[in-house]
Amino acid sequence: MEKRIYVDHAATTKTAPEVLQAMLPYFETVYGNPSSIYQEGREAKKVIETAREEVAAAIGATVQEIFFTGSGSEADNWAIRSAVKAMRHKGNHIITTAVEHHAVLHTCQQLEKEGYEVTYLPVDEYGMVSPSAVQAAMRDTTTLVTVMLANNEIGTIMPVKEIAETVHKAGALFHTDAVQAIGMIPVNVKDLQVDMLSLTGHKFHGPKGSGALYVRQGLKLEPFITGGAQERGRRAGTENVPGIVGLGKAITLATANIPEKAAYLTALRDSYIKKILQTVPFARLNGHPEKRLPGNANISFSFIEGEGLLLFLDMKGISASSGSACTSGSLDPSHVLLAIGLKHEEAHGSLRVTFDVENTMEEVDYIVEAVRETVERLRNMSPLYEKYLKEQQGR
Amino acid sequence: MYSEKVMDHFSNPRNVGEIADANAIGEVGNPQCGDIMKIYMKINDETGVIEQVSFKTFGCGAAIATSSMATELVKGKTIEEALALTNKAVAEALDGLPPVKMHCSVLAEEAVRSAIADYYERRGEEVPQGLKCSGCCGSCSHGHEE
Repeated sequence: MEKRIYVDHAATTKTAPEVLQAMLPYFETVYGNPSSIYQEGREAKKVIETAREEVAAAIGATVQEIFFTGSGSEADNWAIRSAVKAMRHKGNHIITTAVEHHAVLHTCQQLEKEGYEVTYLPVDEYGMVSPSAVQAAMRDTTTLVTVMLANNEIGTIMPVKEIAETVHKAGALFHTDAVQAIGMIPVNVKDLQVDMLSLTGHKFHGPKGSGALYVRQGLKLEPFITGGAQERGRRAGTENVPGIVGLGKAITLATANIPEKAAYLTALRDSYIKKILQTVPFARLNGHPEKRLPGNANISFSFIEGEGLLLFLDMKGISASSGSACTSGSLDPSHVLLAIGLKHEEAHGSLRVTFDVENTMEEVDYIVEAVRETVERLRNMSPLYEKYLKEQQGR
Repeated sequence: MYSEKVMDHFSNPRNVGEIADANAIGEVGNPQCGDIMKIYMKINDETGVIEQVSFKTFGCGAAIATSSMATELVKGKTIEEALALTNKAVAEALDGLPPVKMHCSVLAEEAVRSAIADYYERRGEEVPQGLKCSGCCGSCSHGHEE
């Protein structure tokens, strides 16, 4: 295979070799059902609990507060549905933001159809929601506020701790989708004061199909899947033992060296952003310049459409992502880019690059040159660019 | 998800650019939809033959590929022949398009028709019914094959 430069780590990551090695015995030798009483079962049960300790330790929780799921989306669905149901006696109002992942947004939209009221808070030009905006939206009937810790598209890190304080003062529950944040910034549930938190292993070199939901002790969690005693009767189904083991191993590795990793990724990211903005005209950075995930760079290029950019970059060996409609499978571009105030045509022309530790400064330079060339090539085909140039000449 | 032909026409698009002395220019689509196609033609007033044709497109890979193929298919053809071009023919010439991208072939057909409508207008002739179309699917009454 030709050399590829993978810079789409916000989409998913490669399973780390240590993680894969840790998982393999649970396919091959210790394949017992954790609910079985004989040795293979007991051993499988034991490693699940070890993984639970690892996940709990990584986010400052206790083992009773960790529930394994099949994905981050499942954790989001479970948290939101369970919280609003448990709090139904208090009211039916939910607050979230316009820039959440669809796992949160679509769940809220579905709950609206089921009779709940939802406030979708707007964000500022950086994709940030302020604690005061949350406070202003709180009602007596508000039962749940869900705000992501870090945005998957533009990397903006939300002031979750301050928001959680506001929410608790008003007697509501707070959930955060921390899927993009784990392993990138320090995450401690006690420090953040969140009631619930969602995460998934494949974003930090764990296996796909592994996720977890943190639920603060004392909070009643409604069963999500019925039919068995797994996850203390809350999520039936034979446990994904290799996946859970992999999640435990991956989160331990990913949270072991965050300051060093963040410093390295910030250097790559800032170099990339600086070079792109210097060499490509009509480019703008999306998201907050500093309060953003260390590996995330999201830049919009005027007059072009993102899918073409991705296809050309793919031919040059680069895997990245875009907020264009064509890559979303709908006619509308990214809801996040529209929420931060981009025009449709600007949102269509966005490129998200998400670095990880295996990326290098040489790769940054290669990507910058590839992006510069490709943007120029697409602009030369673009009637919007032609129109712009003619307007400039006419002045 | 794209055929080799689509990738070929996307990565080496034919007939890109403007024609300085074009006598027929059509533009369809809008930035909201994420696709804009502009087609330039030089049509021989005596013979009605499209002697030169070029395009500029803002849009996805399929939008660029269908623009390229549509210009190839109408080059050297008469107006009547060009008006007979269907979106299905453009898609078939590209060995097919993914279902969600069929609207790009519609846009290409519309861009050709829109350029020809512009030609009639410039000559002060009546524009045949149904030639003008916004190119944004759903807003137009005449049918396309999906």
